[in-house]
Amino acid sequence: MTDRTRLRVFLVAAAGLAVALGVGLAGLPRFGSPASTYADVINALAVPLRRSTDAVSAVTLDFRGIDTLFEEFILFAAVAGVSILLRPLSDEIGEMPEDQAPDRRVPPPSPAVGLLGTILAPLLVVAGLETVTHGQVSPGGGFQGGVVLASALFVVYLATSYSRAERFQPGGLLEASDGAGAGGYVIVGVVGLLAGAAFLSNTVSLGQPGNLISGGTIPILNAVVAVEVAGGFVLLAKEFLDQTAVIRQDRGGRRS
Amino acid sequence: MTVLAFAVVVWLFVVGLYGMVTSRNLIHLVVCLSVAQSATDLLLLEIGYVGHGHAPVFVDLPKHPGPTVDSIMQALSLTDVVLGAAVSALLLALSVQVHKRTGTLDPDELRTVEPNRS
Repeated sequence: MTDRTRLRVFLVAAAGLAVALGVGLAGLPRFGSPASTYADVINALAVPLRRSTDAVSAVTLDFRGIDTLFEEFILFAAVAGVSILLRPLSDEIGEMPEDQAPDRRVPPPSPAVGLLGTILAPLLVVAGLETVTHGQVSPGGGFQGGVVLASALFVVYLATSYSRAERFQPGGLLEASDGAGAGGYVIVGVVGLLAGAAFLSNTVSLGQPGNLISGGTIPILNAVVAVEVAGGFVLLAKEFLDQTAVIRQDRGGRRS
Repeated sequence: MTVLAFAVVVWLFVVGLYGMVTSRNLIHLVVCLSVAQSATDLLLLEIGYVGHGHAPVFVDLPKHPGPTVDSIMQALSLTDVVLGAAVSALLLALSVQVHKRTGTLDPDELRTVEPNRS
């Protein structure tokens, strides 16, 4: 396809998009206009019905919990896809390179970065756990807290060298936690079935609104989601870092 | 105010789209895609906004007289953010392999599917 043809195809598509965008935006309610009845009902019922003071968490993990189940699966599929795409190919080897110059020391990261990482990593773990466990009370939840937890390990990568962190990195555990998180969500859903209600029904004791234990299955699902998201995002970072640090072309004709 | 709010969404989307169309680097293309995608986040939040509304969080707050904003739209934008991260990760992984196979990140040089190793 020549540039000219491609431009023509794009212009046709862009014109179609412009029309669709214009019609769509024109049909939207005015900015700041009152929320829909559905939203008002949800906001009014989140606390009395689910004892969850964060209506967003109640929507994500209870009222529309099945959507989040699929969202989890999408994330799981994406992480699995990245792992498959970035595996060592047939002409590559996936082991740590041997140190060819043992007499020359690798310069360590600067002490300032090391100190900052030492302080920041535990703080991130605490902040992540706080965000995960309080999702039903205040803004937060498994997705947000899971990413914060994962970033704690990114700080460790930054503060040491990746080759050193790679040695104690639990690769199998990360993969397992990604899968366990996705599967755990289904198990919590099946618990609803076992209790004689619908899939993902909130059948656990609901607790008091505003307390740590409130919202029934919402905090449980938050924890499950956090396990998946934290494991998945660390795994993503590991796959990309492996590309530069571990996986390289097999030059010496060694076994692949 | 309505026009300004939605104009920002269109602007973000068009800027991202322009970047994607004119991109000469796959990494740049993925970044442009996330710019275009952030327009969706903004649009969802703007649809859910209620004038002088407060967040749909009902803890430790004195009884707020105003209305609350739409919590469904906020939940949807959370989904959008997660999917954006997933899509970016997949596209970046593809870019890594494209660079490894063909030695280039320029989409224009990827006309042929076969790797040309001379």
